[in-house]
Amino acid sequence: MAAAAALEAVAPTGALWGLVQDFVMGQQEGPADQVAADVKSGSYTVLQVVEALGSSLENPEPRTRARGIQLLSQVLLQCHSLLLEKEGTGIASRSAEPRPCFKTGGLSSSLCKLTAEFLVCAVVHLILFYENRLKDHHLVIPSVLQGLRALSLCVALPPGLAVSVLKAIFQEVHVQSLPQVDRHTVYSIITNFMRTREEELKGLGADFTFGFIQVMDGEKDPRNLLVAFRIVHDLISRDYSLGPFVEELFEVTSCYFPIDFTPPPNDPHGIQREDLILSLRAVLASTPRFAEFLLPLLIEKVDSEILSAKLDSLQTLNACCAVYGQKELKDFLPSLWASIRREVFQTASERVEAEGLAALNSLTACLSRSVLRADAEDLLDSFLSNILQDCRHHLCEPDMKLVWPSAKLLQAAAGASARACDHITSNVLPLLLEQFHKHSQSNQRRTILEMILGFLKLQQKWSYEDKDERPLSGFKDQLCSLVFMALTDPSTQLQLVGIRTLTVLGAQPDLLSSGDLELAVGHLYRLSFLEEDSQSCRVAALEASGTLATLYPVAFSSHLVPKLAGELCIEESDLARGDGPTKCSRHRRCLQALSAISTHASIVKETLPLLLQHLRQMNKGNTVAGTSEVIAVCQSLQQVAEKCQQDPESCWYFHQTAIPCLLALAVQASMPEKEHSVLKKVLLQDEVLAAMVSVIGTATTHLSPDLAAQSVAHIVPLFLDGNTSFLPENSFPGRFQPFQDGSSGQRRLVALLMAFVCSLPRNVDIPQLNQLMRELLELSCCHSCPFSSTAAAKCFAGLLNKHPAGQQLDEFLQLAVGKVEAGLSSGPYRSQAFTLLLWVTKALVLRYHPLSSCLTDRLMGLLSDPELGPAAADGFSLLMSDCTDVLTRAGHAEVRIMFRQRFFTDNVPALVRGFHAAPRDVKPNYLKGLSHVLNRLPKPVLLPELPTLLSLLLEALSCPDSVVQLSTLSCLQPLLLEAPQVMSLHVDTLVTKFLNLSSSPSMAVRIAALQCMHAVTHLPTPVLLPYKPQVIRALAKPLDDKKRLVRKEAVSARGEWFLLGSPGS
Amino acid sequence: MVGGGGMGGGLLENANPLIYERSGERPVTAGEEDEQVPDSIDAREIFESPFLHLAHLIRSINDPEHPLTLEELNVVEQVRVQVSDPESTVAVAFTPTIPHCSMATLIGLSIKVKLLRSLPQRFKLDVHITPGTHASEHAVNKQLADKERVAAALENTHLLEVVNQCLSARS
Repeated sequence: MAAAAALEAVAPTGALWGLVQDFVMGQQEGPADQVAADVKSGSYTVLQVVEALGSSLENPEPRTRARGIQLLSQVLLQCHSLLLEKEGTGIASRSAEPRPCFKTGGLSSSLCKLTAEFLVCAVVHLILFYENRLKDHHLVIPSVLQGLRALSLCVALPPGLAVSVLKAIFQEVHVQSLPQVDRHTVYSIITNFMRTREEELKGLGADFTFGFIQVMDGEKDPRNLLVAFRIVHDLISRDYSLGPFVEELFEVTSCYFPIDFTPPPNDPHGIQREDLILSLRAVLASTPRFAEFLLPLLIEKVDSEILSAKLDSLQTLNACCAVYGQKELKDFLPSLWASIRREVFQTASERVEAEGLAALNSLTACLSRSVLRADAEDLLDSFLSNILQDCRHHLCEPDMKLVWPSAKLLQAAAGASARACDHITSNVLPLLLEQFHKHSQSNQRRTILEMILGFLKLQQKWSYEDKDERPLSGFKDQLCSLVFMALTDPSTQLQLVGIRTLTVLGAQPDLLSSGDLELAVGHLYRLSFLEEDSQSCRVAALEASGTLATLYPVAFSSHLVPKLAGELCIEESDLARGDGPTKCSRHRRCLQALSAISTHASIVKETLPLLLQHLRQMNKGNTVAGTSEVIAVCQSLQQVAEKCQQDPESCWYFHQTAIPCLLALAVQASMPEKEHSVLKKVLLQDEVLAAMVSVIGTATTHLSPDLAAQSVAHIVPLFLDGNTSFLPENSFPGRFQPFQDGSSGQRRLVALLMAFVCSLPRNVDIPQLNQLMRELLELSCCHSCPFSSTAAAKCFAGLLNKHPAGQQLDEFLQLAVGKVEAGLSSGPYRSQAFTLLLWVTKALVLRYHPLSSCLTDRLMGLLSDPELGPAAADGFSLLMSDCTDVLTRAGHAEVRIMFRQRFFTDNVPALVRGFHAAPRDVKPNYLKGLSHVLNRLPKPVLLPELPTLLSLLLEALSCPDSVVQLSTLSCLQPLLLEAPQVMSLHVDTLVTKFLNLSSSPSMAVRIAALQCMHAVTHLPTPVLLPYKPQVIRALAKPLDDKKRLVRKEAVSARGEWFLLGSPGS
Repeated sequence: MVGGGGMGGGLLENANPLIYERSGERPVTAGEEDEQVPDSIDAREIFESPFLHLAHLIRSINDPEHPLTLEELNVVEQVRVQVSDPESTVAVAFTPTIPHCSMATLIGLSIKVKLLRSLPQRFKLDVHITPGTHASEHAVNKQLADKERVAAALENTHLLEVVNQCLSARS
């Protein structure tokens, strides 16, 4: 039916004839797409195209034939799916068997048959036609291959054709003499067939492999190689028969190893060296059958002088070990080991060393993995014995260079498997233990202990079911005594390694006995009280205590907590006798130790009451509790709170215990008193309150919403109504009314309220919110001390930021704006109103509230205010920086991630305009504001914007304000590194100004200016050379600066300038 | 000492040398951050600025990519640096790794050049070999002390290139 329709359609195809003529004879390219589109839309069939082409396909002129076939191929490439659906399926039933034809027939006869037989089976005959054309003139071949590629994409190709096409290509075409594009076409045909006709191709047996080897032999183009490597990889991984051609296949691919390819500049194909390396590696490491050929090659290349060859070989070896077994490796182990050992011992580069170690690790893993026959010798044992034999003696010379490479080799092997780890540890550990005692110098012992530590750490990789099997249990006592020796050594370095070793030993399950632990805890206790000069050791000891306390809470609560508690009490009385600052610092160490070990819920239950009790004692007793002491306790509390955050139960315990206690102490301190007590006022100082704020904040942020709701129901009424009933020891002499006419001391405690309500999760409802907000607003603009009004403004802003959008929020905002405007217009409260404006603006900027731009404009207007201008300039720093107490992400504030970028784009143009329009005396305010904004912006965001601001920045360098100078220098420094071309236009200004600033009275400016002088050397050398003598002379002066840190920068900058344009730099 | 050190990778003068500890970056003290307090130039500073970051010249006889610093090889030690800030003098003694080290002059020259570039002009420099540690100690010391010979050496492009390579922090 379809055939009849096709025949009828032959007549009215004049247009097609025209198009074909234009393409073939007229050499126009357009008609091909037109024809393809028409075939797609159903206007013509493929048969009609063939018929229209008729004469050109049999033209005696090869160029014309080539054009004709090209057109057909292009049509097929776009329409191969169509061909099958319409013609192929309809016709296939009619032709039971495709007749073998066109063997050697002449051109015209083959074409006749093509048209005549077309109706019988389109695809078959197209294929046979194309196969036949492969014998044609070389000009025709590219188009023929294109056509075959189109046909290879046909999904329902009749069986047998794929094989015949490939056979024809293998037989007729000398692929490597074709241009790159046509070779690529051949690879595509093969790839397509391998994807869809795997079974048929496998029927060809090893002939297919051999054919392909001939096709790719001699390939040079990286684009083609990527495809060819892929094909080889598939041949191997899909299990095609390689027959006797394994070595040939290896040769034809391994001749590219190691890949040496540098992509040409502006390469449009984007092929990197790494792509080729990885795809070749995938081939080489895909089968153990290559092993006997590959391993000698790898050894040869590791031994070569070329760094990249060494790296590639080691990495390939590493990859091979994933598929190899003992059988493949057996004969090559001695040479492989010799090469790896040489590379690691000589450390030509850190990368080679790392790759060598990785390769050794995989080799060992490979040997450990293989299942042995009963009678076979275990290669792993002999291999490891070899390694031990070559490395052991170096471990006995802790001063020599090879000690570390040897240890690393042994550790790399031991890290491969439990069996290897056993073998090596059982050999090395006794040796190292013995060596530790043989060497008496601290630095030698340190090296040895550090090696032991490395081997111990490896143990953690393997879990042992049976306790007796654990290789360490036999050495436990020796190890412990060695660690304790290290901990008592005078050398800090040795102590540090000792502490790390102790931590690792402790992490081994069931290794340490309770006696060992008691000793260990004793040592940690002693180390926690070390003097200032062994700070690093003390910090490490505290950290180790924290880690071990999570594992052995009982040991710490029974042996350490009581000692620390005793220490705190004894100190009380000693301090009373005024026993010097050393007692005071012991005190602080004790607090730090208490917080460090609070890593387990059961320990917190003991340490927290101790800390709180201590705080109460300080407040009650007659002792003079210094501000710094109280702050130290608060810092410890804060650290404990941090450690509790992850465990909901501890978190609630801390919150419930610590916060009422802190509030009670503060409220007590704020009460008006009959006798004038100075002592209790310590609690009301700015710094002490700030420390308490961070404790309360940390203890609140991680509360679950329902527990937070319980807490908020107590705390808000405390501040609004003076309801003190939930506080412990709540018999206060007076009422607590911070918002009414309470004393100024009481008003200061609003900071504590701020810490709490501003850290609550966003979905916790705050009771009496409306009243609270109004009170806060009132307090923020009254004449009390700046501390309480600022706290109120921050608290208001913190709540505003989290409040959901809606009518209530708008009301609060309206109130705030009214308050700000009223305050700013009249005299006494201007600075308070400004502070309120600043915080409210920040709260809105963070959440992208639409009103924020309006408030920012107001703030920018204040830059030219004679009174508030400088404060407004500094305000920009606050807007852009992260706060620690309110409006933090940790405290659940709404902080959009890009707020700085957005602020920058929205406001910097206005700031620049303002700068140009402003009168001289207030210009610095604009520069300062601008530099704050630029300084806080992430550098990658800033860099593309900076060139437009460059003139302003250069002007800012002359600004007398050192804050502006500093921030401008820190903006320019990365710009010098990243955008040297732009900057080199201004080299004269830059060099002059930087040199001027290098003698600034401010040390920080001098340092930054010299760092910029250093960065200037990244500009193109020809631009700099005229300045070299002048700069070198000028930089001689800061070499003699009175500050060492300045001299250091001068030395490195001057050294770099000396190297400019000098040979060897 | 065997360890395959001498095979394959070219001839090494010393494959398994003694290694000394690095002293690490000098911590910044509170006094140094105080604008008002002057810090005098001391031996540590002289020692540190030129040598800690000196990508060192034994590279050509050791390995080119991962050099040990002069400090790790104990070629220079802080105790062998004598400084007097008020008198403006610096004396540095360096110890070649082996008594016949062929690089001794080059090491000395590099140290001298680095110091010339890093110290205020008021300082008088003296760079010499630690007594008794090198076969031709006197000859080398004489060369290093001779201003004109040092200047002439630095006119030699090839020599300057090697010295600069040793002093280049970027490599």
